[in-house]
Formats: sequence, C-alpha cells, structure tokens
Amino acid sequence: MAEFTMPSLGADMDEGTLQEWLVRAGDRVRKGDAVAVVETAKSTIEVECFETGTVGKLLVDPGTTVPVGAALALIEPAGEPGAPKEREKPDKPKKRRRGDEARPEEREAQERRPAAQPAPGPAKEPVPAPAGVNDGVRGDEGPLIRHLAEQAGVDLDAVHGSGPGKRVTRADVERAAAARRLPARITPLARRLAGELGVDLSGVTGTGRDGAVRAADVRQAAPGPTAPAEQESSGAAAASPSAERRPAGMREAIAGLMARANREIPHYYLSTTVDLTAAMDWMHEYNRHCPPGARLLPAALLLKAAARAAREVPALNGFWTDDGFSAGRGVHLGVAVSLRGGGLVAPALHDADTLELPQLMAGLKDLVHRARTGRLRGSEVSDATITVTNLGDQGVESVLGVIYPPQVALVGFGRVVERPWAVDGLLGVRPVVTATLSADHRATDGAVGARYLTAVDRFLQSPEEI
Amino acid sequence: MSPARGTRKRKASPSTQGASTASTGRTTATSAAAASEREPVAGRPRTEHRRELLHAMLRIRRFEERCVELYSAAKIRGFVHLYIGEEAVAVGVNEALTSEDAVVATYREHGHALARGIPAEAVMAEMYGKTTGCSGGRGGSMHLFDAGRRFYGGNAIVAGGLPLAAGLALADRMRGQPRVTCCFFGDGAYAEGEFHETANLAALWNLPLLLVCENNLYAMGTAIERHEAQTDLALRAASYGMAAWAVDGMDVEAVERAARRAAESIRGGGGPRFLEMRTYRFRAHSMYDPDRYRDKTEVEQWKAGDPVTRLMDRTREDGELGEKELTGIERRITEEIDAAVEAAEQAPEESVEDLLRHVTSRSTEVT
Amino acid sequence: MGTGRADERKTTYREAMREAMREALRADDRVFLMGEDVGRYGGCFGVSLGLLEEFGPERIRDAPLSESAFVGAGIGAALSGLRPIVEIMTVNSSLLALDQILNNAATLLHMSGGQLPVPLVIRMTTGAGRQLAAQHSHSLEGWYAHIPGIRVLAPATIGDARHMLAPALADPDPVLIFEHGSLYNTAGELAPLSSPVDLDRAAVRRRGTDISLITYGGSLPKALAAADELAADDISAEVVDLRTLRPLDDETIDASVARTHRAVIVDEAWRSGSLAAEVSARIAERSLYELDAPVERVCSAEVPIPYARLLEQAALPRTADIVAAAHRAVD
Repeated sequence: MAEFTMPSLGADMDEGTLQEWLVRAGDRVRKGDAVAVVETAKSTIEVECFETGTVGKLLVDPGTTVPVGAALALIEPAGEPGAPKEREKPDKPKKRRRGDEARPEEREAQERRPAAQPAPGPAKEPVPAPAGVNDGVRGDEGPLIRHLAEQAGVDLDAVHGSGPGKRVTRADVERAAAARRLPARITPLARRLAGELGVDLSGVTGTGRDGAVRAADVRQAAPGPTAPAEQESSGAAAASPSAERRPAGMREAIAGLMARANREIPHYYLSTTVDLTAAMDWMHEYNRHCPPGARLLPAALLLKAAARAAREVPALNGFWTDDGFSAGRGVHLGVAVSLRGGGLVAPALHDADTLELPQLMAGLKDLVHRARTGRLRGSEVSDATITVTNLGDQGVESVLGVIYPPQVALVGFGRVVERPWAVDGLLGVRPVVTATLSADHRATDGAVGARYLTAVDRFLQSPEEI
Repeated sequence: MSPARGTRKRKASPSTQGASTASTGRTTATSAAAASEREPVAGRPRTEHRRELLHAMLRIRRFEERCVELYSAAKIRGFVHLYIGEEAVAVGVNEALTSEDAVVATYREHGHALARGIPAEAVMAEMYGKTTGCSGGRGGSMHLFDAGRRFYGGNAIVAGGLPLAAGLALADRMRGQPRVTCCFFGDGAYAEGEFHETANLAALWNLPLLLVCENNLYAMGTAIERHEAQTDLALRAASYGMAAWAVDGMDVEAVERAARRAAESIRGGGGPRFLEMRTYRFRAHSMYDPDRYRDKTEVEQWKAGDPVTRLMDRTREDGELGEKELTGIERRITEEIDAAVEAAEQAPEESVEDLLRHVTSRSTEVT
Repeated sequence: MGTGRADERKTTYREAMREAMREALRADDRVFLMGEDVGRYGGCFGVSLGLLEEFGPERIRDAPLSESAFVGAGIGAALSGLRPIVEIMTVNSSLLALDQILNNAATLLHMSGGQLPVPLVIRMTTGAGRQLAAQHSHSLEGWYAHIPGIRVLAPATIGDARHMLAPALADPDPVLIFEHGSLYNTAGELAPLSSPVDLDRAAVRRRGTDISLITYGGSLPKALAAADELAADDISAEVVDLRTLRPLDDETIDASVARTHRAVIVDEAWRSGSLAAEVSARIAERSLYELDAPVERVCSAEVPIPYARLLEQAALPRTADIVAAAHRAVD
C-alpha cells in the first residue's frame, strides 16, 4: 500500500489545503492521473499520483490544510493481492450492453473495436496492454477523466477517444465539454466581438434572453488590459472563486519568494537587442496559410528560441540547491503569467525545446488559460527549469527580472519595436526586441550568459529552423 | 338610324337594332352609309386621299402579317394582338387628328401606332425588344409609346387607358388648349367600371375627349351579347350626356367622316364624343388564341367586308386606282417592312446593366 | 422645443399640410388639387378648408366618387405637364384606384422606355385608432412601398407635413403621401425650415445608444412616448422616423443599428409581409453582425380592426408594447 501525500509544488510551499477529491475509494488510478485539487498560497492545482493501482482509503477531508508530505490517501498498487475489482459504474449501464456475458478482458477487446469493424485490423490498433495494466482500454478512463466528464456533464460513451486505444483523454473531455458548454445562443454581434477580442465563447455566460451571450458578456470576458499575456490567452472565463480569494495569500507568497531570491541569489544581468525581421516575416508568411485559431504569435517564437538556447547552454537550465547546480532534465520553460486578480504564476511548458511551433503555441494558450482559471497541474507548477517573462505587451522594452529559486536564470523579452537598424552599412527600419538574461552568478559567469543570448539571437535569425 | 347595320352580317341579336333609339336621347346616331357622298376630304383631291388611306391600311395589314411570320419564327414573343380586319378604325380616326392631339390606345395598338406616324422601324424594333424600339424594348407589342407624337400607349389593362385619357383631356381643358385626346378601347372595356367612371367624369367636366369604342363583338372569347346587358353601346354612352354615334368601322371613309365630325365638335368646346366603331378582327384574339368561340362562317362573312378590299373596289369602280398603282403601294410597303425587320434584327440588345433604368427618373433605383 | 422663439409658431398637422398646399398652389399654376370633397366640403378631414375660396373650382376640383377615374385623370394631367395633387379620401378606398397607381403611374416611365415620367402627388389618410372599424382602419402604405417606380412618404411631424409636399411636387415621378388620421390634430410649434427636406433620408427624432425604435407615421408619437418611458428605466432609445417608406433609407437604419445593436420596428400594419418585415429583413441582410438581440416587431394584431374601443386598442401597437419589446431586446 502506497501513500499519496501532499506534494511540494514549489520552493515556497510548505502546506496545502485539500480542496476536492477527484477520486473515490475503490477507483482505479494510473500514474499521472490527477486525483485531488489542492489549494496553495499561490494557486489551485490538480495534483497527480505516482502510482498505478486502486485508491484505498481517503485520509483527509476536503477543506483540511496539511503540511507538505502529509499522507492524503492510500493507494493499492496494481497487481497486489487484494486489489479490488474495478468498481461497478451503475451510472453507465451502456458499458455493459455488449459485454454482459463476456469476461472483462474480452469485453474490453470488444469495446475497443469500432462497431462497424467486428474484427480489429492487424497492427492498426495499439497492442493491448498487459493484463492488469489498463492503459488504452476504453471504458477505463482515469478518475480525472471520469471526474471531469461528470463535472462537465459529458457522457463518456459519446466521446470519441483520441488517446492510445481510443482512450478518452482529458483533451477529448474538454473538447466535448466545450462543445457542450458553448452557449446555445450567441448574438451575431457577440460572435463577431468574440472573434475580434479573441474571446473563447465556450466559457462565457450569457445574460441575454434565454441565456444568450451578448456583446456585454463578451466584453466582460475579454482579457483585461492588466493581463500581460492577454493576446496569448485563448480563454477568458471568469476567475474561479478560489482565484478570487487568491491575491492576499499569493502576494505574501510572491513576496517571500522574491525576497529570498534577491537575498540569496547574486544576480548578474545581460541584454542584447535582436533583429526580428526574419522571424516576423516568416511568421506572417506562416500565418497567411493558417486558420485564425491556429495562427502564431511572436511570443511563440521567442519562447521557442529561449528554450532551444537553454538546451544549448545547459548551465542555465536547472536548479541551484545546497549541493550546487543540478541540470534540469529537459527544458521545461516557466512562462510568467500574471493573473487577472493580481499576482503571478510561472507554470512550466514541458519540453518546450522539442515542441513544434504550432504545438508550442497551442500549449501556451492552454497553459495561460488554465493558469488564469486555477487549473494548473502540479507538475506544471513545480517543474520549470528556466523562466521566461515577456512583458512586451505591457509596453516595456526590457525586463531585468528576479530569478525564481531554485532556478538559475530568468529570460526577459520586451516589446517588439521598430528601430533604425544598420545592416551591412545601410540604415533601415526593423522590428527588434530586447532580450535580457538574469542569471545566478553562483552557477554561471557572464560568458555563459552571453553565449545564451547569442544563441537566442541566432535561433531567431533562422525561424524556419526552430 | 343605322342602315349600315342591315347590310352587315353581324352576329349580334336583332335586339341590338334598337340602337336607333339612341336618337331619341341626346345621342346623334349616324351611319357610314348615310355619309356616302364621297366628296373630297379636307381639300385634298379624293383620289390622292383614298390612295393614302389605302396605303395606310395596307401598311398595317402587311406589317402585322409579317409579325405573324416573325412570331412563328420566335423573333417576337409575348402577347401579340393583331388588328387585321380593324384597320379602317385606326386609319380613319387618325385622319381627324392633328399632331397636337393625343392618342391613348389598347394592347391591340400596332395599327394605331403606325397610323399615328410612329415609324415601322421603331415599332418593329419594339416587337423585337431592341433598344431602338419606340419604348426602348421595355414595352413590347402591347406597350408602344411615343411621347413626341403624343401617343400614350399601349395600355394592356382593359379600360386602364380611359382615366388617363381623361386626364390628358383635363389638362388641355384647364389650360384652354384646343386639343383633342382620342382614346381607343374595345367592347370588353365597356363592361369595366373605369369606362363608366371616365365617361361620367368626361361629360361632367366637359372634357375634350374622343372615346372610340372598337366594338369587334368579342371581349377576347366572350361575345358581346354574353357580356353586355344592352349591346347598343352608343345608346348607353349617350346616357352620360354626350353625343354618341355608331359607325361602320369597316368603311374607312365613314370612320373618317364620323371622327372629323366628332373632333370638330370637341374642339368647339362641345365636350366628349363617343363613337362606336362596328368592326371585326379577322384573326384570333392573340397568337395564343385557338379561336374556338366563333363560327368560321361568321369570320368569312366579315372578311367579305374587308375594309382594305372595300376601299380598293371603290377606287377601282371610280377608276381611281389601277393595278400599277396598287403594285407600287405594295412594293413600297414591302420595302419599308423589310427595312424595319432588317433594322430590328441589327439593332442592339438592351444591356442588362441598364435593367433598373427608367424605374424612376433618377437613372437607377436601388431600393 | 424652444418656446417663445419669434420665428416659430403654433400650428397643427392639418394646418401645416394645408399651408403646404396653399404655398404650392400659389407658387405654381400647374398645381391643382383634385379629389372627393376637397372643394366645398373642405376635405373629408378638413385639410383643404378654404382653398376653394382662394383658388376656385378649377384648381380645387371636386371629383365624383370614381377613384380610378380621377386618379387616372391625375396621371394623364401629369403626363400632359400639370402638377396634380390628387387626394384620395383614405387608403381604404385607394384600392379602387390601385390599377391606375400600379399599372399606370408606377409603370409608364419604364414601359415607355423613359419617355413618360408621371409627376403626380397622391395624398391619402391612413391608419386606425378612431373606432372606424375594419374597412376604414387599414394601413396599406407598406403595400404601396412594395411598388418600384413610386415614392412613398409618411410625414409624421408638423414639420414634415409642412415641408414634404414641395419636394414631392418637385419629384418627376409619382409620390404617395400617407397622412395618419390620428396626426391631423397634433398641435405644436412649426420651426422654420433650414433646408429643404431630403426625401431620401429618414430622420432620427431622438438620439439614443441602447436600442433603435424604427417607425413612421402614426406610430412615431407612440415610439417617442416609449422612448421617454425607457429613459426612466435607464434605457437610451434612439427613435428613427423612416418618413420615406420607399425608397428606404438604409444608411440611416444601418447607422442607428450600428450604434445601438438592437432594433424594435413599430408599424401599425399587420405584421405578415409588412414594411416592418422589410426593415427587419434589411437589418438582417445588412447589419446582422451588429445585432446583439433579435429584432423585435410591434405591429397590429392580424385581425380586421374591430370597432369596439378596447378591442381596437388591443389590436394596435401601444406604447406599452413598444416598451416591452425594447425591454425584451435590452434586458
């Protein structure tokens, strides 16, 4: 029996409040499934478990605040004797309709087949997981998925699974929920405005007749002028109640963390101005062939360049602990997102250096949206290996930031501005951005930092390659 | 008072002979036969005048015969109503009108338009729907117009032209202009309220209006005794307090004399006059009409009194017209119609961009 | 309204219309008035009272009850160079002249290939509200607005009653003027005319930001009253007086809807196939993406207008109906 404990979601966290269980005793969970919602001083986070098995006892009631490391629940690892069978789901009788007499394995196999194809085509379907491991088995979606579906009122049977073995993924549920949530009535003006303001209508509550979303609802939902990454935000749902309660606690947490960073970390600062002509030209050309929803923003290119440079200069990508520097495993780019009610989070965009630009753009939108709606995952809060802050939207030209401990570097981008710029002895007007680096002098020296900024510049000169 | 009636093979029941009673009212009924003195008209030599009348009637006849051909060849479309058989009315009445007078006609108005002096080329082009047509191709056979010649259509709503004609006459009266407005309409229009409203208004206001009813005995396919309670139309018109005559509409000279008499009294301030022109169309109502509602024998009897033939015979009898002259008239008409057809063929089609022209006086109306 | 201004004077809609005719008759001897009881009687609604004495029976011409004949005569006289004002007693009896209006007045110019413009003005009373029952309560101006070739006006204010006739007479084409029977007694100040009325333009009678009340004729006072009530509810209503029903002033409607994003169309005619339907369709065609609420229509109930007072009032658009429709759109 393994314990599921209150995780540490950042250097500044020493306790958390269990807000909501996403599982019940007897539920089967897989490693990585979100099982609970925890509120910390900074954010409301879905925390995941690191075991595959069955939930035993829930040890903590919602609303209880416990220190980091305290046991929250017991999990019976899979394959151990005594593991209870999959809990019946009486609310899903349809699951049984074709497998009443079949043993679970057979039933699963049947259900994985599309109805129209009685015999699974060879090698077209993923190889079924070994017995006892239920990955990829339709009807055995993780508790998070079930919880999300339940919450959103989505009928899992009706959802097309896009995951391995047609398993319904979180994205599938969210898509289904979004489709379901899309208000039934949206006035033409509201629809037009939503497009213009980049507001995702699925999260907007209509105040018009029969719940119609009207222009005022869209304007209300539109990102406010204080949000730095507003143009990256795909979502505009009102902040959740917990998000609204956040400011005081969050300010305190940020205060503690930043004071510690400034006290402990000997910062050094470098900056360089990067000619973005190539990057912008490339991006505009790319966008010309894209539907509006899939278009890239300059931020995506800047983040990608920052991530690639971090891979190239690993000394800046990692953590400084008492034992010295330890390089991060992968480049998990912390993206500073300011919250609507005030405050700041910097969740990680995992493996940002390996993401294709469209994926990175989508990931960024998703991350910003979830950050603002208090739906970040634990790993996103704690995994960042280097942070990028992009205050260009706020109109500043350069940012000399404070490093997030225990990271060792913070990259800043200012506003993309047109400046007179000499190229090969000729003066022209070009779009440029000032890239800055705040680095921990304990971990690196200026030369390393310089190498980093040079790499950022180089990547931005060859946008087609990043 | 209408001796001509007895000589004509009218299908109308004997009771219509009662038209003579019109004389007992304020009606002055006359007859073509009564005015058969064949004296020179309007100071012109009789021979020359008769040749002009003959030419005018033949021109209408040949023009319409060509229209039948062209219709069969699908060059002309829409409703086409032929005047063949009734030419004496348009030609004879026109003799009484000046270029200052106004004419309002019906949808069977090729004859009136040609008699009025609208060039055959402009009428033919209109039949073709070409821009050079007298209505710019917007009207077609039923809507021939020529503002300069004061020819106000071409009205395809039965009796619809009557009130309009009263208005033209009213304007002249109000301005003291000694002009006549002549309105042609058929026996079918006689059953419409608009005829009676107009007759009343014209008599009431003493309008200089010449009402010419072309009684061809059929309102499309309905014989007059089936649509009029009293088939003596002049008699009834007289009841409005205006002088009314019944005239042999198959005798162009009789028509002319009656029209001159009427026009003169109108010009003299006598108010409206009504002429019932007893006539007959030799062809069906329109190109679509199977003509099942009348006897072939009836048609043949009326054809025996063909106004063109009658005038020809009369001039031959009087030694006024030889075959040579007749051939010359026919040749000139053929040449004119050939030229009209050729011009219509060559004329430009209306541009579709101009569709909205002439809806209002602003060149196009969007709404 | 600035009371006490020396150049404004107290008058009524009826007097304003009479003054407009008097002015036209004095200014142009081609102008004459023709219709039933326009002379000795002084007009069924008293509009032409006194004109016979000044202009004589030739120019103030009593016509027999022959709508088709005297409307047609007006057309003929217009063709011949005069400028007739034909008064049809009410829109109800105008149906007897519909053939002349539609088949001649509206079509002659086109049928003749542009040779025969018809500079004719036809005035008539329209509308319900005076317990005159089904045959004398029609609002058929929308039917006439269906017809290409004619212009349809609906003066709703004293100013328009006074100032729309002159441009109508100057129009080379037929113009129909619909005077709502309930407006004749409207009294108020007549402001001096700063510039001739543009017959192609609707008038914004009241500016607002939250909703457009689009109306004309006898419904204008109701819409203005509704706007007052809405203002008390903190709803700023713009009131658009179409005043020219054909051609419709799309630009003014578009601009208003673009400002307010909501529209209520008030039309005393029956809803089906009405002018309100036309305006509504145009908003959908031209301004869909400006709309923040469905277009509302306040029209008459689809019933022959009853005699009984309460039933008649219930059948017609009321201020309260307009207010309610506006609330549906805004709330």
